[in-house]
Amino acid sequence: MKTLRPLSRLVVAVAALLMISAYYVPLWQILMWAPQYPEGLEMNIWINTISGDVKVISALNHYIGMKHIEVEMFPEFGYMIYIVGFLIGFGLLTALLNRRIMLWVFSGLLVATAAAALIDFWLWGYDYGHNLDPTAAINIPGMSYQPPLIGTKQLLNFTAFSGPAIGGWIFIVSGMLVLATLGFEIYTSRKKV
Amino acid sequence: MLMVPVVLASALLWQSCKPKAPASVSVGDAASKAYVAPGKYDEFYNFVSGGFNGQMSVYGIPSGRFLRNIPVFSEDPTTGYGYSEETKPMLNTSHGYVPWDDLHHPALSTTNGEHDGRWVFGNANNTPRVARIDLKTFRTAEIIELPNSGGNHSSPFITENTEYVVAGTRFSVPVGDKTDVPISTFKENFKGFISFISVDRNDGKMKIAFQLKTPGISFDLARAGKGPSHGWFFFSCYNTEQAYTLLEVNASQKDKDFIMAVNWKKAEEYIAAGKGEKVKAKYAHNWYDESTHTATSEILTEVLQLDPALLKDIIYFIPCPKSPHGCDTDPTGEYIVGSGKLAALIPVFSFSKIQQAIANKEFEGEFAGIPVIKYEAALHGEVKKPGLGPLHTEFDGKGNAYTSFFVSSEIVKWNVESLQVLDRVPTYYSIGHLSVPGGPTKKPWGKYVIAYNKITKDRYLPTGPELAQSAQIYDISGDKMQLILDFPTVGEPHYAEAIPANLVMPNSVKIFKLEENKHPYVALGEGQAKVERKGNQVHVYMTAIRSHLTPDNIEGVKLGDEVYFHVTNLEQDWDVPHGFAVKGANNAELLIMPGETQTLKWKPLSTGVFPFYCTDFCSALHQEMQGYVRVSPTGSNVPLKFSTGKIEDETNGAGL
Repeated sequence: MKTLRPLSRLVVAVAALLMISAYYVPLWQILMWAPQYPEGLEMNIWINTISGDVKVISALNHYIGMKHIEVEMFPEFGYMIYIVGFLIGFGLLTALLNRRIMLWVFSGLLVATAAAALIDFWLWGYDYGHNLDPTAAINIPGMSYQPPLIGTKQLLNFTAFSGPAIGGWIFIVSGMLVLATLGFEIYTSRKKV
Repeated sequence: MLMVPVVLASALLWQSCKPKAPASVSVGDAASKAYVAPGKYDEFYNFVSGGFNGQMSVYGIPSGRFLRNIPVFSEDPTTGYGYSEETKPMLNTSHGYVPWDDLHHPALSTTNGEHDGRWVFGNANNTPRVARIDLKTFRTAEIIELPNSGGNHSSPFITENTEYVVAGTRFSVPVGDKTDVPISTFKENFKGFISFISVDRNDGKMKIAFQLKTPGISFDLARAGKGPSHGWFFFSCYNTEQAYTLLEVNASQKDKDFIMAVNWKKAEEYIAAGKGEKVKAKYAHNWYDESTHTATSEILTEVLQLDPALLKDIIYFIPCPKSPHGCDTDPTGEYIVGSGKLAALIPVFSFSKIQQAIANKEFEGEFAGIPVIKYEAALHGEVKKPGLGPLHTEFDGKGNAYTSFFVSSEIVKWNVESLQVLDRVPTYYSIGHLSVPGGPTKKPWGKYVIAYNKITKDRYLPTGPELAQSAQIYDISGDKMQLILDFPTVGEPHYAEAIPANLVMPNSVKIFKLEENKHPYVALGEGQAKVERKGNQVHVYMTAIRSHLTPDNIEGVKLGDEVYFHVTNLEQDWDVPHGFAVKGANNAELLIMPGETQTLKWKPLSTGVFPFYCTDFCSALHQEMQGYVRVSPTGSNVPLKFSTGKIEDETNGAGL
């Protein structure tokens, strides 16, 4: 049974603990600018809610038939707290039980969660941008308004940006630490052989 | 033939001998000093009285850009002030609803003698009142009426920590039970009153703390002491002749009138000792509640008075040449500048000398039972031959004073300590008040002096017999004053005060929070929009959001009904007001800020279908933001109904 180096156990534990921040800071942000909004509008996505200028964004988006953004639209907010909790627990357990196989599994879980989150977000964005009210005031044939997954995109008079918020960045750092630890373990164990 | 060139030459010579009109073009780098690039902010907010428009206007300095007109004492159809049900009580007085007044002097609130950016006060000169404007919203928050006053000119000057706002009457009037008296009994029956209005430190609420019963003369202007003279107030007085007709002549007979020094701390002591007398009076007190978005007016019936003729040591008179107008204390609080508007000199009084004179009883006599201090005993010195018709003085914080001269139409800079004249510049034309940013405080910001002129004549494109009113900015950062900009103002500007933008801007409210809206007729969402009938009153709980009104179809209103449109702006976004107007309303529009509720009362006078719409260009589909209200004959059986976005079968209801 392969075990982990003490440094690896420490790093994995730290990475897991860092993820606790997800409960206290926003994970993702969408920023929007228009000629009339030089100060910008922002929407912050937290682990269980949305904050920022959501009402203003909804009020503007109703012209093109987009749905009003409500917390209730996202079942994710109901279970994301458990998924992240599970990841933190699994990470701490990995450090505690000192099994290399668990580090493999943990790395896999993190990558899978990140991929699933992005796919989920893209699917929501697709629906939000395409599933428009046919009686909306502004109806441009062929035009859809899917927000960018990551990066910047021009949507009519708005420039929209989507990317990680502080919590998202901490999550990325945590994931990087775990993957780097796994790499470090593989590299050092090969050298030993 | 020889004569022709001789005549021509002498004609030319004659022309060159004639005096030239004064130079009126600013020179050098003036433009760059007043230039604020598009999109950049000005350094100062400038609060300028609107005079006979009864309002206060706000300009950026140094650009002179007009930012806002704040309705205060006059109704304003643009914003609905005085027209909406919520704001009507603001203009209530003991004489009923008064739709107009004459605002002369703004006074910015201070803490420790420096501007704190919380409120600006203004006086109503005609129907005596004082208003408080909240600088978070730039709206009139409170108005208090002054009983026993005949014209509130000597107002609203304030003490170091805004403990009091004063209000001295320009007209003495008969008071109490004996008001129906012959005008010729002036000396016997007419009294002057000075009101001290206390201001609550926390919420700004005003209350008449006490009134001083003073002899029947006219009070013109005033300034509080500061620093060492904190606790005292100085008022300029004219018509000590006690004339009641042709004052132009009859009030100008005496060589000297007075500066009245008031020891208000002493007055407080007398009140604490129970020496005040509660006297019947009738006056209105109106305030605007930001959570209900509604004003309340109450009529008060009593005021506390002190009689300084009986209660010694509250007031003293200091002789001051020729009908003093301005009465200004310098930033140190030691010097009081009296400006006799017919005098050819400016006397400067010393606070410490006044105290000494009182202690040593250096009095030249009494006026109506009040001691008169000897002129020389109170005098620091005189500025000799400064100009003609001195009116007002402001200070730059570097020991210099700037006095406006109406008759010689100029600003004169002089040193307060040495009394030497340092510089003079012409104004265009006939300057009244002048203002240095922070000029009346302990810490003037200096930089500019702004002239407020009474005559503009040829300065702007003519607009018929009524011409633009004007202000002029002079750079005073160097030794020489330099004219850098003329800018027109709204109404007639009297006094003005400027304050650094950073003391006001961060507190500026962007929206009213909907969840804090406690208006009794609020609709906190389209789901709450409704129409209710109470007897012949129809209450429409309407919402406005880009770009529709809910409800936008209303039926069942009958002739004889009073319709109240209570419109709530559901927006929570900066700079998205909605307006509301209905055809034929004998009223005005509403301009409703985000999160606010305002009410327009409408009494239809004929049957039919009346359009209503949003008057503020709110969005791309603003023009679609409209609706109809149907008015049926009295006794008709059209049911009360309302909707938005409901398209009915055309046959349904046809012919009803």
